[in-house]
Parts: sequence; C-alpha cells; structure tokens
Amino acid sequence: MISLKDLMQPHRVVMMLVFAGIVIWCAIALRWDWIPKYAPLALEGLWATVWILAVSTFLGFLLAVPLGLAQAVGPWYLSIPARTFCTIIRGTPLLLQIWLLYYGLGSLFPQFPWIRSSELWPYLRQAWPYAVLALTLSYAGYEGEVMRGAFSGVAKGQLEAAKSFGMPRFTMFRRIWLPQAVRNVLPTLGGETILQLKATPLVATITVMEIYAVSSRVRADTFIVYEPLLLLALVYMGIAGVISLAFRRLEKG
Amino acid sequence: MTGLLELLGLGASAELLSLSGWGGNLLRGLANSLQIAFGAFGLGLVIGLFGAYGKLYGGKVTRDLLAIYTTVIRAVPELVLILILYYVGSDIINKISAAMGGGRVEINGVAAGIWVLGVVQGAYATEVLRGAIKAVPTGQIEAAKSYGMPAFMIMRRVTIPAMMSFAVPGLANLWLIATKDTALLAVVGFNELTLETRQAASSTRAYFTFFLAAGFLYLMVTLCSGAVFARVEKWARRGQPSLKGGAR
Repeated sequence: MISLKDLMQPHRVVMMLVFAGIVIWCAIALRWDWIPKYAPLALEGLWATVWILAVSTFLGFLLAVPLGLAQAVGPWYLSIPARTFCTIIRGTPLLLQIWLLYYGLGSLFPQFPWIRSSELWPYLRQAWPYAVLALTLSYAGYEGEVMRGAFSGVAKGQLEAAKSFGMPRFTMFRRIWLPQAVRNVLPTLGGETILQLKATPLVATITVMEIYAVSSRVRADTFIVYEPLLLLALVYMGIAGVISLAFRRLEKG
Repeated sequence: MTGLLELLGLGASAELLSLSGWGGNLLRGLANSLQIAFGAFGLGLVIGLFGAYGKLYGGKVTRDLLAIYTTVIRAVPELVLILILYYVGSDIINKISAAMGGGRVEINGVAAGIWVLGVVQGAYATEVLRGAIKAVPTGQIEAAKSYGMPAFMIMRRVTIPAMMSFAVPGLANLWLIATKDTALLAVVGFNELTLETRQAASSTRAYFTFFLAAGFLYLMVTLCSGAVFARVEKWARRGQPSLKGGAR
C-alpha cells in the first residue's frame, strides 16, 4: 500500500493538482446532464456485469479444477481431451466463441421440437445463458492451464505423508492438495479475474444489457461520444480495484 | 477429395467455404487481421522499449506517468479503450486537417486498428521488457559503461541481446493476445476475420460452418506462432544453460 509520505512528494502533489484540474475541467466543460435519466439503467447494467462476472468465474473455476487435475495427473484418455479443450479455448478469440455459441446454438435449437416445448426454452431464447456459458468455458480454459501448474507444483512429500497416514484419496485432495494449489496461484487468479472482467463487455454484442451496452445506448441516443466512455472506463477501473483488493485480502488471510 | 467430403456429408460446407465463395472473404479477413496484429505488435514493442527504459532510468515524473499509463490500460477493457482511442485518434486527425484547411479525412481501417491495439500492447510490452531488462546482470551493463560505450550502443549491443531470452516468453504471449484482440475490431466495424465470418454466416445461415472454420484459422495462427516462438526462444537462449530439469 502507498503511504501518505510517498504521496506527498513535491512532484506527485503537482501531478495530483494537474489531475484535479483535469477532473474539474471535465466536470464543467463536458456534458453530464444525461446521467440522471440513465442512472437506473446504468445501475441495472452494473449489476448485470458484476453478476455475470461472479457467476462465470465461480462456475469456470469449478470446471478448471478437474481440467487442471486431468492434465496434471490424469490418464491419457482424460488428459488429452482436457489439453485439447484448453488449447482451443486459449487459441481462439473469445468474441468468436461467444458468437459461435449464440448464433450457432441459437440457430440450431429451434429446429428441435422437443427443445422448443421443454421447460428450458424461455431461458434458451434469451441471450444471457449463452453469455454466461461462453465466459464460463473461457475462464475454465485459461484457469485449467493455471491449475495444471498449481497441482503439479505441490510438493510430492506432503501427498506421500498424507497417504502414509492412510488418508482416503478424496480427503487428501480436499485437505492438502487443493488448498495448497489454490494458495499458490491466488495472485495469478486475481489477475485472471481482472482479465475476465475486461472480457465481459464482449457479451454486449449479443444483446446482453450490461454496463458497456448501457454506455453504447447513451451514445446512440444522445450523440455524446466521450463522456459515457470516460465514465465507463472509470467504472471498470473501480471494479478492477475492488477485485485486486479482495484478492490481496484473500492472500493475507 | 470431393467424393470423400460428400461421403462425410460435408459437401455443402465445402462448397460454402470454397475460395471462389465465402472462403476467399475469410482468407482476406485473416490477412487483414494478421496485418493489424503485426503492426500493433511492432508499435507495442517500440512503445514498450521506450516505456521500459523510462520506467527504469527515467525521472520521477516520467516514472509516475508511465505507471499511470500501464495501470489504466491494464484495468480498462480493451473494447472500451479501442472506442476511446479510435474517437480520439480520428478527432485529432480531423482537427489537424481542418487547421491546415483540409476537409474531413477518411481514416484507414488498418492504420486505426494498428494505432489502437499498439497503444494497448505498449502497456503490456512495457511491463514485459522492464522485467527482462531488470533480469540482465548489472555487471554487464557497468562493464559496457566502463568501456565508454554510448548509451544507445549499450542498448543495442548489450542490454537487448542479453534480455532477449527473458523477454521472449512474455512477448510470445503478447503476440497471441494481439492476434486475438484483432477480433475486437469487429465491434467497431473493421473487416477482419471475425466480422467477415459473421457476415458470411448471417447471409448463408450456416453459422456453425463459418464460425468453426474461422476458429480453425485462428487456432492455426496460434499453433504456428507457438512453433515459431519456440525456435526464437531457443535462438535467444543459445549458449545459456538449459532450464530443463531445474524447475519442473
């Protein structure tokens, strides 16, 4: 953390004054009168962004653990599919994956009558399930690779010690292997979660109304170009800051 | 060949993807994507080299400004940055053209893409190169200084060759990010591979065929670059002890 003494160096004070000047100029010279009208929509969008981020990282991590395990110690019939999955996800752009799932699956599903008549159909007609699915798979692909390194990085002696105590395999995994692996990669996971946050605006291209989509709508409605984008950048920096603080807390605790 | 494809039930897909059909469009899109990725990666390397030197040897103000640059770029989604930089870039060029008495300038898509992604890549490259330069033993640079080498020559003859082996893995990663980030330019309407694919898919309704084909093209680019970078890394590490057996 930066201490107050560090901040109070002369050149930093000058820079902060310049920065404050820019902020004040922005507040006065640029147009902000659209904010009250769009505030409720923006809050909804912010909620959608945070929700999609939280759900996709959580599910993606759950998927990444078996993927990493399969690659680290699994037999070939598990490790080869897991590695192929990770390579494909990491080798193609996320935007393409999102569009493949949304337009591809979205055009495939209506051809089957039993899907149309199923309980799930009202959800499958919306965009967000595809967004969550694409982001989850993407996070799982990247984290599967990270978890592979993490699982093979845990010291062999510890696992052997657990085995020699007669610990069942699942208990060993739950108590020793997983916690140590996760602890070792927490800084990486923090960085990857921020990357995931930066990937969320892509789902706006398939009509999910998250915060980026709200800013595009403001731009389209009012023809104001810079103000919504600057505010949007600030919002994302805020969320990224919260994520990195949370992970720093986790690493300490 | 055709008989085999018919047998597999892929005859229609093969026809759609033929070079005289939509396949040609896809390849043109790929060429555009690669052009932008090369340019952006190059621009990013130049910015990154200056940025890394500024962060390591620059004055207090330079260092703080560069810290702000890298932090902001790495915290804001590329898509938002692309829009901001695109509008800022075209506004500046139009202002200059207006000041010189010209009219509105139509901005070349490839140049805009390179400028936008290059600035983003520059922030990441700064961090990669800074780490690599820091890993060069100071004794080597001091030795060069004591011979009276000028600063630029030290950079060219000592620092850059010695840091290459540390920088190549990070730079390989950046190149892969550059190729995949070109897809984002589809959102602002540049005719690169992803947008071409979407146009082809939506006019033929063969979504799976085209998106899978484009995914295959991207994957080939990734895998080929992986092989190339493995060779580059081997070349950059020549004469150095192998890392194998140590870490893993």
